[in-house]
Amino acid sequence: MSSPFQQRVLAAMGDQGLRSALDRATAQLGDRRKNAFSSLDHSDLIRDISRYAKMDLLRDLSGNLQRFEHALQDNGAQVHWAEDGPRANSIIVDIARQGRVKLAVKSKSMVTEETHLNEALEHAGMEVVDTDLGEYIVQLARSRPSHIIAPIIHMSRADVGRVMEQRIGVPFSDDPQTLARYARERLRTYFLRADMGITGANFGVVETGTICLVTNEGNGGMVTTLPRIHVVLMGIEKLVPTLAHLDLFLKILARSATGQKLSVYTTLVSGPRARDHESGPEEVHVILLDNGRSNILAGETAEILGCIRCGACLNACPVYKNIGGHAYGDTYSGPIGAIVTPGLKGLHDWKDLPGASSLCGACREVCPVRLDIPKMLLSLRKTSIEQGLSTFDMRMAMTAFGIVARSPNLYRFFAALVRWVLRRSTQQAWVKTAPGLAAGWTKVRDLKVPAAKNFQQQWRARKRGK
Amino acid sequence: MKPAEAHQSGALPAKVQLFHTCLINEVFPEVGMSVVRVLEKLGIEVEVPLRQTCCGQPAYNAGFQADAKKVARHMITVLHQADGPIVIPSGSCADMVIHQYAVLFQDDEKWLAKAHSVAARCHEFSSFLVDVVGLTQIGARVRARIAYHPSCHLSRGLGVQQQPRELLRAVAGVEMIELRESEECCGFGGLFSVKNPEISGSMMNRKLAAVECSNAERLVSCDMGCLLQLAGGLHRRGSSIKTQHLAQLLDEGMQ
Repeated sequence: MSSPFQQRVLAAMGDQGLRSALDRATAQLGDRRKNAFSSLDHSDLIRDISRYAKMDLLRDLSGNLQRFEHALQDNGAQVHWAEDGPRANSIIVDIARQGRVKLAVKSKSMVTEETHLNEALEHAGMEVVDTDLGEYIVQLARSRPSHIIAPIIHMSRADVGRVMEQRIGVPFSDDPQTLARYARERLRTYFLRADMGITGANFGVVETGTICLVTNEGNGGMVTTLPRIHVVLMGIEKLVPTLAHLDLFLKILARSATGQKLSVYTTLVSGPRARDHESGPEEVHVILLDNGRSNILAGETAEILGCIRCGACLNACPVYKNIGGHAYGDTYSGPIGAIVTPGLKGLHDWKDLPGASSLCGACREVCPVRLDIPKMLLSLRKTSIEQGLSTFDMRMAMTAFGIVARSPNLYRFFAALVRWVLRRSTQQAWVKTAPGLAAGWTKVRDLKVPAAKNFQQQWRARKRGK
Repeated sequence: MKPAEAHQSGALPAKVQLFHTCLINEVFPEVGMSVVRVLEKLGIEVEVPLRQTCCGQPAYNAGFQADAKKVARHMITVLHQADGPIVIPSGSCADMVIHQYAVLFQDDEKWLAKAHSVAARCHEFSSFLVDVVGLTQIGARVRARIAYHPSCHLSRGLGVQQQPRELLRAVAGVEMIELRESEECCGFGGLFSVKNPEISGSMMNRKLAAVECSNAERLVSCDMGCLLQLAGGLHRRGSSIKTQHLAQLLDEGMQ
């Protein structure tokens, strides 16, 4: 019986369109990242400083959050705390009701995907529109993003054209310029009508209570300035200490994410419009969301809270390249998802994710804040064994391994037995279909039949002959 | 440096212990014999601790740390019984002993100290030749177009990237080919390969496509785990490309 994860993997792997789209996009993003870092002086040092800043913040996260809260309040923003997704959604729905909101526009928010905010707002009778181009198309397609940075990495231009044709009644096109124009025309009317703008936060600056957003389409600026109310929903881990640090983080985020030296727009939000300002929202609300992050902080993968969601590990990951984001089954995918999802939702239903890695370390190599992702995957594997989440067969096999491999005689006996069984099963040098655990092996490649005499036997024979 | 110079400079150890790894012992004994012959031809005496078994990585990577610890304690004890350098013809097993034993015993002072002292003596085969002995020119000659597969644990885990390439380039007659996306994982990953055969197989096939279009006659690596995977895949694809451990190629060229 295959698990839901395995079923999603098989579905993804059977989708040739998806595979070639992933190939193209991840290779392009990976190359751009490499080039962008080559233009950054002292990049290793900047990565070290950024990592240190994140890890240092996490050591006193609650203290830093309180400082951040006070700085936000000094700027005139209202701060709300949400222990989980439903609570965050209900806070936002309440704010919207009080503000008689009919239409909300959103930008840059993976975390609202995590809480399923759109459904909550729609359920409360409000219209909500994602305005990042990729997210807008995801919303039209009634799908979910499959990449942190490139949400429709799984779709071709023609896929996008068909979705737009069906959902907003425009003539079919697969020309990116035309498709972007279709989206822009519609989104502009939404920006002008919206009563509420909802964003995530790339960073929250503790020192100044500043919310930082980076976008490439300019919609972030629209969403944070045009509507009367601006709501920021952010995870409690998204802090950086000072504006000086923010400068460093912006340098590595854009390079890691899209290979840009800097994103096209960097939006800094410091509270509602002042009396003498011409534009900006009347109210700014910041909702600080936990939703399992405190559990992660208290556990073995606390380091993952340093993640700045650049997506570089996805582009580098050979597993992600083969299965795409949806196979990971939740908001966050790739190596980061394999750690964050079990952290937020528990290992029990997500134990397959840390296992689905060859531990090749490509993620660790590209991570701008040097998260040791393979180490965390190993740690989660260990915990899932301690929680009894492995199969009986595996437990038996590993118990046997633990006994046999510390006794040279037993080890020699069992190794000889396995060699004998394999050699008996075929006259050839290769096994084409093997039984038991080895069946997984011969599903996709042949198994070399071991030599009649092992190395130690040959070595001893040679010594005797000398 | 050439062998004679290494002898004169005193960098050449008189004797090494060979940790042959379980995969070489059981499936690829010819690789172990090549390692022995190469070292002996350089004037280094090889000892094989016969009580060695496996580094414990299968259990460790699957999360069975308690079982991995039992095996690791055995290996540490065995390797402790002699002194001098320990040569490991596998990046993956070397990374296990050099880096992961310390993780395994992080809360166990006594075994951590032992693990550190064993780890300090361990060297992956190519790194031993280049970094410890200081050899690259070992006077081998093989006429072949060769693609080198840098295994992940060797290149990223141990940081051994140039050493195997230097050794290969120094073999007279070898035409070295850098594979497209050469640093990408071959998909082996130990138990990952049998528990996630579709993903592993797809990673393997990407690698093999790169190997095939490189026009190489042989694929050389320093990890028999990767080569078990890649040779099995090449055989399934009906390819005539030969796979070899670096030691086999050097051995062949030194004859």
